[in-house]
Amino acid sequence: MEHIVIIGNGISGITAARHIRKLSDKRITVISAETDYFFSRTALMYVYMGHMKFEHTQPYEPWFWKKNRIQLVKAFVKNVNHQDKLLELQEGQSISYDKLIIATGSKPNKFGWPGQDLKGVQGLYSKQDLDGVEKYAPDNKTCKRAVIVGGGLIGIELAEMLRTRNIPVTFLVRENSFWNGVLPAGESQMINEHILEHHIDLKLATNLTEIIPDENGRAKAIKTDKDETIECDFVGLTAGVSPNVDFLKNSGIDIGRGVKVNRLLETNITDIYAIGDCAEQHEAIGYRRPIEAVWYTGRMMGETVAQTICGNKTEYKPGHWFNSAKFLDVEYQTYGWVFSERSKKDSEKHFHWRHPNEKICITVAYHSDTNKFLGINTFGIRMRHEIFDRWLTEERNVEYVMEYLKDANFDPEFYTHYEENIIQKFNTEMGTSITPKKKSWKRIFKIA
Amino acid sequence: MKTIKNIGLIIFLIGLAIFTALPVIGTYSLSSEQFSDFVDQKGIKSELFITDIEQNIVDKSFDGMLAFAPKVTKALENANALHRKNKEYKKVIYTKPHDMAAELGKKAGSGFIVDNKGLMWFLTFGLGIIGALMFILPNVVLLGQKGIKNNGIYHENATNRGWIAWLVFIFLVSFYLILYFRSEYAVNWTYLVDPISQSLSGNLAGQWFVYGFMYCVVMVVMAIRMYIKYRHNMYQMVRTTSVLFFQIVFAFLIPEIMVRLQMPYYDFKNAFPLDYDFFFQWNLKSLLNSGGIGLFILVWGIVLTLVIVPVMVYFFGKRWYCSWVCGCGGLAETLGDPYRQHSSKSLFSWKVERWLIHGVLLFALVMTGFTLYGFFAETSTVLGIKVQSIMDTYSFLIGAVFAGVIGTGFYPIFGNRVWCRFGCPLAAYLGFVQRFKSRFRITTNGGQCISCGNCSTYCEQGIDVRAYAQKGENIVRSSCVGCGVCSAVCPRGVLKLENGPEQGRINPTQVLLGNDPDLMELVNNK
Repeated sequence: MEHIVIIGNGISGITAARHIRKLSDKRITVISAETDYFFSRTALMYVYMGHMKFEHTQPYEPWFWKKNRIQLVKAFVKNVNHQDKLLELQEGQSISYDKLIIATGSKPNKFGWPGQDLKGVQGLYSKQDLDGVEKYAPDNKTCKRAVIVGGGLIGIELAEMLRTRNIPVTFLVRENSFWNGVLPAGESQMINEHILEHHIDLKLATNLTEIIPDENGRAKAIKTDKDETIECDFVGLTAGVSPNVDFLKNSGIDIGRGVKVNRLLETNITDIYAIGDCAEQHEAIGYRRPIEAVWYTGRMMGETVAQTICGNKTEYKPGHWFNSAKFLDVEYQTYGWVFSERSKKDSEKHFHWRHPNEKICITVAYHSDTNKFLGINTFGIRMRHEIFDRWLTEERNVEYVMEYLKDANFDPEFYTHYEENIIQKFNTEMGTSITPKKKSWKRIFKIA
Repeated sequence: MKTIKNIGLIIFLIGLAIFTALPVIGTYSLSSEQFSDFVDQKGIKSELFITDIEQNIVDKSFDGMLAFAPKVTKALENANALHRKNKEYKKVIYTKPHDMAAELGKKAGSGFIVDNKGLMWFLTFGLGIIGALMFILPNVVLLGQKGIKNNGIYHENATNRGWIAWLVFIFLVSFYLILYFRSEYAVNWTYLVDPISQSLSGNLAGQWFVYGFMYCVVMVVMAIRMYIKYRHNMYQMVRTTSVLFFQIVFAFLIPEIMVRLQMPYYDFKNAFPLDYDFFFQWNLKSLLNSGGIGLFILVWGIVLTLVIVPVMVYFFGKRWYCSWVCGCGGLAETLGDPYRQHSSKSLFSWKVERWLIHGVLLFALVMTGFTLYGFFAETSTVLGIKVQSIMDTYSFLIGAVFAGVIGTGFYPIFGNRVWCRFGCPLAAYLGFVQRFKSRFRITTNGGQCISCGNCSTYCEQGIDVRAYAQKGENIVRSSCVGCGVCSAVCPRGVLKLENGPEQGRINPTQVLLGNDPDLMELVNNK
């Protein structure tokens, strides 16, 4: 029986394992050095915050793996010997494979800052990182202040976590507004305000230069490029992630920043595939980045590679881009492409609406010549994935999207709706006279 | 603010301590006039019992119910035993010993508690309400921004099965045991609410009035907590208001007022088979003897179960009843909210759930079949089984132990919907309708789920919501009561409770939205 070995038990590796099992009877082994069972990395923050126990982050009960004949091995793979199709483990043993899937995910970026490897300095990615936060920042007595370096999604999550234990947080952001490499200005500004509302000391346009140790090799302060020294007991490094592929350096597998793969997710070596955060496309797909460190893309690659391995050669062809996040109390969803001022083309125009008091806003991107709808960002309003996916496929124009916006709303029942206000502003700005259509189940579910 | 909370907690605990001490303190002395009135009123024919009470209780003073009650129960048991032995069945007293102790106790109570009902009410209920509100209201400020407020739930002793949770468990279980099986110890509590009972129904309060009043008070206070905690979520605000309204008006006020108007005591929203004694002989007889209103209730009760309930479930899901109207649901959604995370999500629990809840439904239906046959055939034995003994078994096992002691007592340990999930026969019935013929579902938003597990953790019904959401499938489960909390706690806007077209309601998918559409069709058409 063909033996499929998967390195990494994150969302990509486990999705691949599950789908291979659905499609075939192959022998499946999943190796991880991190944890015994698959857990949701995105939920680690909720464990620290006391919303959940670690067990709750595991989507499958322990019996699931046995029942589905997915063998779990807790070990660290030191090297891949593709000539003999062998994996050499740290502990000395080796495991042979017929087909190998590399799904080792990411590791937090460190940019050579002095003191970056001190105790109490870490990212937030793995279970071990969670244990680290719990150890170095269990409360505001042990940790009188924390400094977070890097203004992205994980940075703001770490800040939120620490604030739930009343630990003062200083948040260093390189950009002059939070995440404005991705978010348009209005949205970025709103999140700046929201961060301050949560009593997080947000320092924009500020970089870390050095982390200063105490006599025990533990971080005691940091220095910024504005010559400010901030005393702290914990430093979170959240300036992005990069593929966790160091162990493959001398394996003969083609490595760029990540494991180089083609659209079939194949590496340069036959029978070795790479998926998820650690995979790097030879050429970026559409507007996507060559390395996509996103939960959803990891899952999609897992689904795709399972098809290929089970004899149905399938290219990784992600559909319309979508993503979501939560900034403290504000939910964010995006469908299609909305670029920030820094990276958008001239032909991409934005319509922005923001609620006068609440932390609610949307930005709709459209083409300046054709008015074709390009994408939407929403904050504090939930939208229906299917609807936007359909509108993007049908290449609707922005007026159509406005007219039928009520179909797309996904907020819970009895919530206040803002379509009227949004469209009123749209009409004023664009000189149109769109009247919103009432929500229709028939349209939403395409019932004739 | 923290200080106010702490003072509130102390005041609450003082009120609670006095309330807890009440069952065992107080003075009881029964005068001979009181007793002879009682004998006449009850029509007691057992001279053995009467002499026993006259000798051992009348004109004596007892310190506390622990001294008083055993004398009564013993007198009753001895008298009945002898009458039965002598085949003097006319003299046997059919009031249960502990009920007799409660009834006599109510008459015999004297001294400070009885003379100062208002003050005692304030020292128990009053302090409890004031203290609890002082503890809860500062959260308006302390909880900060609008949003999900689950911080620290698994760090707090009280909400993470720590010793406080176990103390609450012991308190609740003891409270229910007294209520159902040792009502004489509730006599002092009844004095506190006598004035309220008299102003409503005109009668003195019994232990069930205490329970009903307390139920409303607890729900109001804990609903205020809900309003603060979920102030960003209109669905929770509206739903909490609804459930509060139905408890106070339909379960509490209307039945009491009906009694005052010489009508039968009836809760118009309590549908059979949750209202398991609706078809019991005594109830049918009482309804048939109550003229127009009795007949109306009889018809209403039948129409409610056979027409209104399923039709509403078709349009709105069983939530319209279980988390918008029902009293059990109302307590679970207010008092029980801090414990919702304790429902087990394991597959094993789901198996147990299906056997138990459908077993109870079957039990209720068979029992009702027997009682109805007995009623129309005018016999007390059906198929050689005493109908009364089936009813007694159900009342004891399901009505008292399961719904009361376990259902509410186990909140801090097994979550707030133990009864609704494992036991309620009405929920089982509504569940069938919801699963097979309804417009209700929890829609999963395409491929947006990140498997974080908040939804499953906070599902009070123990549904592994994530298992569906992460596959892009809608959640269509008979047990879902539509509380809406999974949707509220979802950080990515994945879940929405909806009443939509039946077509496509259940949507098993192979490949999640977001991946290439060709692939999707390829797999789905395979």
